[in-house]
Amino acid sequence: MKDRFNLYRFASPATFYPFAGALIPYFVAVSIVFGLAGLWLGMLVAPTDFQQGEGYRIIFIHVPASWMSMFIYLVMAGWAAIGLAFNTRLSGMMAQALAPTGALMAFLSLLTGALWGKPMWGAWWVWDARLTSELILLFLYIGYMALTAAIDDARRADKAGGLLLLVGVVNIPIIYFSVKWWNTLHQGSSVNLAKSSMATTMLWGMLLMAMCFWMYSIAIALMRVRTIMLERERHTDWVKAELLGKAGDEK
Amino acid sequence: MIHWNSFSDFIAMGGYGFYVWGSFGATVLIMAIEPIVVARNRKTTIARLKRQLRAETRNTAE
Repeated sequence: MKDRFNLYRFASPATFYPFAGALIPYFVAVSIVFGLAGLWLGMLVAPTDFQQGEGYRIIFIHVPASWMSMFIYLVMAGWAAIGLAFNTRLSGMMAQALAPTGALMAFLSLLTGALWGKPMWGAWWVWDARLTSELILLFLYIGYMALTAAIDDARRADKAGGLLLLVGVVNIPIIYFSVKWWNTLHQGSSVNLAKSSMATTMLWGMLLMAMCFWMYSIAIALMRVRTIMLERERHTDWVKAELLGKAGDEK
Repeated sequence: MIHWNSFSDFIAMGGYGFYVWGSFGATVLIMAIEPIVVARNRKTTIARLKRQLRAETRNTAE
């Protein structure tokens, strides 16, 4: 019961705000450590791929960015569901804080995919199921940001944006299973829980980079959500106290 | 332990240098710029909210 009580306590912006602020430096530090370890393994130690030569090393960016673009969307949809069901204040703010980072991850996934596709397939872009559904994901992020920005009332913006997120969630399994469901140019999954087709150093390099991207996304979303909280809760006593006191000395 | 024989091998990436370094460069750029934009946005938001708060307290005092 004690845990449950604590969890609800952190759902209040006044409690979450300082908690998030204290966590950010740790996520940044862990992200840097994972990033350096992943780059060292992936770029310096991992062997040449027997099919794709050194060009395969784009995987260390491409796969983590693609995973994060899908995962961030799922988290946003989860927050949207909680917000629509329980009318919680924090959920809409979290979804908004995550959206730009999710969009950037989708963009990076497409960009690095194009840079990988050109030497391997001979084309920057093909209208393939995997690529097209990832492009739709980028449009969903942009659509969500445009929709919520166009509605002045924050709570209404959250509701409209939340609905968009929940409808769009159907796209995530389409992206994920597209390489199985259709004949695509995009290669199948290289990571398998039972038997991976990759060398151990390649796999670990990729997983470490994925952890780096994950921690980065959390850190940047927490940074963003704190600003959104101040803006939205500006009429509350805790924000006034924050603005008059501590916030002045902060960067 | 280290896979590369020389630094120029590392830069060349077996002929895929443009594609590999292009990918990493774009990522580094985005991951450097995004926190700067977020931090700057935070600064201006706090400054604006403070201004508004000061204006409000002045009005209620009068």
